[in-house]
Amino acid sequence: MLVGPYLSIERLRKQFGDFAALKDVSLDVMSGEFVCFLGPSGCGKTTLLRAIAGLDVQTSGRIMQGGRDISNLPASQRDFGIVFQSYALFPNLNVASNVGYGLVSRRLPRAQIAARVTELLKLVGLPEEAAKYPAQLSGGQQQRVALARALALSPGLLLLDEPLSALDARVRAYLRLEIRRLHQRLGVTTIMVTHDQEEALTMADRIVVMNEGVIEQIGTPLEVYRHPASAFVADFVGTTNFLAAQVVGDGLVRFGGLSLHCEFDSGPQPGQQITLAIRPEDLVVRNVSAGAANTAEVKVTHIEFLGSFCRVSLGLGEQPAALLADFSINVVRDLAISQGQTLLISLPPDRIRVFPGAPQLL
Amino acid sequence: MDRDDLLMRAGICLLIGWLLLTLILPLWWLLSKSFQNQNGEFIGLANYLRYFSTPSLFASVWNSLFIAVLTTAIVLPLAFVYAYALQRSCMRFKGLFQALALIPILAPSLLPAISLIYLFGNQGFLKDWMFGVSVYGPFGIVVSQVFYCFPHALMILLAALSLADSRLYEAADALGASKTRVFLTVTLPGAKYGLISAGFVIFTLVITDFGIAKVIGGRFNVLATDIFKQVIGQQNFEMGAVVGFVLLIPAVVAFAADRILQGRQVALLSARAVPLVPKPAARRDWALLVFCTLVGGMIFIVLAMAAWASLVTRWPYNLTLTLNNYAFGEFDSDGWAAYWHSVQLAAWTAIIGTAVVFVGAYLLEKTRAFAAGRVIAQFMAMLPMAVPGLVLGLAYIFFFNAKGNPFGFLYGTMAILVINSLTHFYTVSHLTASTALKQLDHEFEAVSASLKVSLLRTMTRVTLPVCLPAVLDISIYLFVNAMTTVSAVIFLYSTDTKLAAIAIVNMDEAGFTAPAAAMAMTIVATSASVKIAHVLLTRRLERRTQGWRRR
Repeated sequence: MLVGPYLSIERLRKQFGDFAALKDVSLDVMSGEFVCFLGPSGCGKTTLLRAIAGLDVQTSGRIMQGGRDISNLPASQRDFGIVFQSYALFPNLNVASNVGYGLVSRRLPRAQIAARVTELLKLVGLPEEAAKYPAQLSGGQQQRVALARALALSPGLLLLDEPLSALDARVRAYLRLEIRRLHQRLGVTTIMVTHDQEEALTMADRIVVMNEGVIEQIGTPLEVYRHPASAFVADFVGTTNFLAAQVVGDGLVRFGGLSLHCEFDSGPQPGQQITLAIRPEDLVVRNVSAGAANTAEVKVTHIEFLGSFCRVSLGLGEQPAALLADFSINVVRDLAISQGQTLLISLPPDRIRVFPGAPQLL
Repeated sequence: MDRDDLLMRAGICLLIGWLLLTLILPLWWLLSKSFQNQNGEFIGLANYLRYFSTPSLFASVWNSLFIAVLTTAIVLPLAFVYAYALQRSCMRFKGLFQALALIPILAPSLLPAISLIYLFGNQGFLKDWMFGVSVYGPFGIVVSQVFYCFPHALMILLAALSLADSRLYEAADALGASKTRVFLTVTLPGAKYGLISAGFVIFTLVITDFGIAKVIGGRFNVLATDIFKQVIGQQNFEMGAVVGFVLLIPAVVAFAADRILQGRQVALLSARAVPLVPKPAARRDWALLVFCTLVGGMIFIVLAMAAWASLVTRWPYNLTLTLNNYAFGEFDSDGWAAYWHSVQLAAWTAIIGTAVVFVGAYLLEKTRAFAAGRVIAQFMAMLPMAVPGLVLGLAYIFFFNAKGNPFGFLYGTMAILVINSLTHFYTVSHLTASTALKQLDHEFEAVSASLKVSLLRTMTRVTLPVCLPAVLDISIYLFVNAMTTVSAVIFLYSTDTKLAAIAIVNMDEAGFTAPAAAMAMTIVATSASVKIAHVLLTRRLERRTQGWRRR
């Protein structure tokens, strides 16, 4: 067994002229782990993936894979399989030839190649399609062929570059499970780049949230969602209300006309500007008693019906949409919430995150 | 750095070296020659001063510009309406009209000039129509140029009008725009860049063409014939070099302007566009049919006239048909050998050229890193488009004849003609290859690297097969152009390598117009057969190896 991380990235930097796409990024990936690089376009996630693959060489920094320094190795001498958003299947070769493309160059006996191709196609659930050409397959099927091709040489590392972005929502949800299942079965260390938070939350063991060339947070999906390390993460992953507030005392802040208790360490001093973050689903509307701590009287200004829940805009004082709240259909029905109504809500202290500085428009 | 990377760098360096040797250095020699006297001493701008102060020489600049602008002004609207009829109407016989209009591309530029001489020349049977104006001169040149440039402009405009988003038209209709307004606000802007490009192409073709002015120009001097006169007639190479550079200026300006304007072009057609399918409109379709019949009819008459002239015993006294004019040995010392030289040249240019162009474009499109080399090579590959054939040919004389040039042995051989033709037609071939390569997924090379497969294998196993139609297009383009070109090779042929198109010039000069027409028809027939073979072969190959394209 390997001791320590399987893949280790140390102070990786990538410069395009004056623009730094990666600013001294460091990261460890354990053997068998499924890691997602999540971030908006231009955050450097794809650049990082391509540096790991050796397709775009980093400006400085070190990459270790399986105890070997691969920083300066060309892609062809590294050990990885890769799947692209565009599938990049060879259009003039049929499915079997695509999957066996790397095997043929290994000069393996023909029968062995055929057996391996069959095995791989079975693995991705396409045993019947070996003779077809890529253009004859659906997008989802093509991506599974690409996956089989990437796994053909049993690489130590599987890289997925937005593999699901070109697919329909339904196929995407299905393939999400499929890839996850494959990963559990093969145990291959996997890195997936995505801009889709839902994909990252459902698939990853750990998420690496990136923004403007730096890593904002590394953590399990639950950690990233529950305890975002920065306002950026809170905003990018899920929906968050950002409130401009001022520290008035220990664990006490002032927001609008309200005094709110929240949990923060002694960092911010009284008088300092801070940002409160609370998720719409964390606003409580049931069993709130008037006069209790962290309660507020708000007015329903708009209700957006979203199927299993409603997103409700709440007006506070002069502000017509100071807060967004997600109320389940149950709550809406039970409390007969309707537009123009006045509600008493509470903002639970343990659900409020505090970030330094005034809120920025993200 | 792995093997593929080294190969790539070496390849790009080779490509740069090749273009340096076949394009940049010869042009440099030409430029320096224009600053020297006959003894090879540097005399600064003296040659240029003499050029611009000699009215008889300088007049050619205006003549050339006049002819070029007038031809452009005539061809552009004609070709646009013709292309519009083919792409945006429900006119009948579209296939026939398209084929007819594109035939002249297979002919040397000399052919329409010869036809016009038969129609309107001193013994032409429509001479009375000319009201005493001589066909030898600007009139003959412009009419011949119109015929010669029409298919080139048509091809660009056909492409520009080929695709349109029908939803733009539906939106315009829904907003109550009149037909004229829709045309002015939707159709025309969509074809704007095609029109600009076609305009520049016509302008450059006319200003650099040598054959037409030579055959039908009479005493009307243009830049292209001036070079020829200075170099061949007066053996004044230095003045030839000066005229060459003067000729280079409008061509380079037109080329640069076109590139800049094309750079502004944004894709009007997104992937989600709904292609426009023309709907029948009786009055428009009939009007366009009449127009195309007139234009197509004239093209047919010019072609038929040349064909007939080549078969007539002695114009205009004995009109019985004969094949005697095809016995070229009677009229020109080289006889049929000139024709076979041309076929040889065309075949070699097509074979070697396609390989060089495709590998070159592959290196530039499909590999990464080595940015400096890439930029230089890309620039060099675009340059030949701006260099007139005559100038390139002249530059070759200077460069390959220069004392101490280790490649001097090439002079006077078939090889130099092949190299010259390939360089002359490099840009269009390169663009065709680049476009085809750009359409492939950008990650094929990355996938290959991850699968430990060499670039070379992926190129032969995937890239080349997928690009096969483009490869065939390139080879046919090189073949036809090498077969028909006059300007690039007129300075470079030797007695052993005289070409068919040059035989036309020589025979015409010697007064053997009918055999000249016969040779022109032979070239057309050859190009046409090769083109037809190409179409059939492409279809077969597509059926056999491109099966994957069908769903």
